[in-house]
Amino acid sequence: MIHPIDCQDLVEIVTAYFDDALSPEDREVFEHHLEECDGCVNHVAQMRLTVETTGTLTTDDIEPETMNALLAAFRSANPPTG
Amino acid sequence: MVDDVEVVEALRRGDEAMFRHVVTQYHAALVRTARSFVRSTAVAEEVAQDTWLAVIRGIATFESRSSFKTWLFRILVNQARSRGARESRVTAAGSFLEADEASVPASRFNDMDSRWPRHWRAMPTDWGTLPEAAVSSAETRAVVAHAIDRLPENQRQVITLRDVEGFDSQTVSSTLDLTEVNQRVLLHRARSRVRAALELHLEGVATA
Repeated sequence: MIHPIDCQDLVEIVTAYFDDALSPEDREVFEHHLEECDGCVNHVAQMRLTVETTGTLTTDDIEPETMNALLAAFRSANPPTG
Repeated sequence: MVDDVEVVEALRRGDEAMFRHVVTQYHAALVRTARSFVRSTAVAEEVAQDTWLAVIRGIATFESRSSFKTWLFRILVNQARSRGARESRVTAAGSFLEADEASVPASRFNDMDSRWPRHWRAMPTDWGTLPEAAVSSAETRAVVAHAIDRLPENQRQVITLRDVEGFDSQTVSSTLDLTEVNQRVLLHRARSRVRAALELHLEGVATA
């Protein structure tokens, strides 16, 4: 059986595969390739882990002085009524 | 989790607790996203603060055609772009895609005259066999953060919104004025470079 795509082609469309943006035919070809190629299975898993790890990046909390300045701006735009 | 209608109505009423709530929830994400447009954290912090001031001014005119979060980041991107333009750091229109860039270097694949052309020369490693602690360590996250920081600006913007902030493809395309196809190309290049950085780090760790 001849692979309709090679590993070197598959690595270019992994994001399209994750986004479900491949045509049904391309998706089938992609998944068929994975059934027969452990190297690409590992590569796709590496890409998935890359996305997941990027999603765990955290940022610092807001500085109290910044929060106070923003709250003051909010207050002055919304003067108490009544 | 408070729903959008509740957020917007409370902000319009001048509800300070709600303003504090949304600032606490999104400020750090705004700074990070701004950082993908401007080169210094100090400027990114200013852009994020200017975004909140624009929210205060604009909340009366918010129309719920988009979510509050999408509206907020749209304002941020506009603020960051005009700031970036003043710093001459804005990407010229039409220069979104540089020359072709392989997701994985050609040297990792067999030559055309081999028995299995364009197939892996050596199999990629199964990262599932690595110690969980190595994969999810603070050091590994720092490697990812550093790799993102070194990306070309347009790739950095897309991966920050898609994979760090978790926006979907359509929202990111419209926020950055990209076609969905170009957005995906940039995301794929960004992810491929981050993967390569992780590979260097993790497989270095694994064989140490």
